[in-house]
Amino acid sequence: MKAKHQRLILVIIALIAIVGAGLLAAWGLRNQANYFYLPEQMVSAPPAVGQAVRLGGMVQKGSITTAADGVTVNFMVTGNTADAVPVRYSGILPDLFVEGSGVVAEGSLGPDGVFKATNLLAKHDENYVPRELEGMGTEQAAKMAADTTVGLK
Amino acid sequence: MHIYANPTRFLSLAKWLTPLLFWSGLVLSVGAVGWGLFMVPPDRLMGDTVRILFIHVPAAWLGMGGWAGIAISSAMLLIWKHPLAAIAARAIAVPGMVFCAICLATGSIWGRPTWGTWWEWDGRLTSMLVLLFLYAGYIALTEATEREGGSNKIAAIFGMVGAVNVPIINRSVVWWNSLHQPPSITAGKSAIEATFLVPLLIAVAGFSLLFGGVVLMRMRTLIAEAQVEARLRRRALDDDAPVAAPAVLEQA
Repeated sequence: MKAKHQRLILVIIALIAIVGAGLLAAWGLRNQANYFYLPEQMVSAPPAVGQAVRLGGMVQKGSITTAADGVTVNFMVTGNTADAVPVRYSGILPDLFVEGSGVVAEGSLGPDGVFKATNLLAKHDENYVPRELEGMGTEQAAKMAADTTVGLK
Repeated sequence: MHIYANPTRFLSLAKWLTPLLFWSGLVLSVGAVGWGLFMVPPDRLMGDTVRILFIHVPAAWLGMGGWAGIAISSAMLLIWKHPLAAIAARAIAVPGMVFCAICLATGSIWGRPTWGTWWEWDGRLTSMLVLLFLYAGYIALTEATEREGGSNKIAAIFGMVGAVNVPIINRSVVWWNSLHQPPSITAGKSAIEATFLVPLLIAVAGFSLLFGGVVLMRMRTLIAEAQVEARLRRRALDDDAPVAAPAVLEQA
């Protein structure tokens, strides 16, 4: 009986230590393990010019303009604040790249403050809504999804 | 719970529970996946690629749930020394790894049309890949212990240490900016519309039952293998007995 309790206590202590170590490591990585910079992070603490980084956020509504060559697009990426970072990209756009939707741009910050993207990835949000409800924005879609599933979970 | 630590009691329970779990799980899974493939309307942004959700999410759930099972069994083995706990942990490892691999493969296939990339080193994707490697390491370790002999405590400790990764996978999209979207289903609310959510929940339930059925099958196989080995060893000892006797005489 006594040995069993001793083992129980040992295992609990070991578990706490392991989980604590894991959480500490994850906490230490919180700035390094970010997949991308948010626009506000890029404005307040910009990476070195030319350094390969990723920028992630929402494509500002009405900001997409196509240059005269037809393959270069300019747009603004916004985050949780009013800060917006201008992005320039030449190439094929992913299917889900639309205004008001999430985007991750790979590239580097130019000396003129424009982010030059070498690759664009579209980011999907957590809302899953059928096509009949197409045309609604993210907030509407989230509200719709929440409304229709009340009482299910 | 301690009652079922007795292998005989466990076997009599598993005998009828195995086909029940397996067949009900198979029917529910096939039904829910068929529902998701043919009856659900396309998603507002992703179109038809949303249908992969009905395999990807259950696989991810079981990949992580499988390791939670290994960790719980490992703790029970270390604390109460249940002989069945070691067998349960070993039985979970292979199907857990298969579902983890399915999750990574379907995620990659889904990522190409949706994000525009097969693979990115973001927090969620990387931590899930680490889980696959943990499964591979755990299986190698238990197989080695089985063949070479040795304590099954080492694998149990590995199972518990590896469990650190499960909450990291779960929280990776919340702690860090990631390409993978934040969780759709959180406590009490869902960002998945009911037309998708109902077949998804049925698929999760079906895959889980199937997983339980496969685990019980594997546990019965592992117990049978151990019994065969014990019997062979006993027979070998009986055969050796008359041969061994003259050897002793010679020495004397």
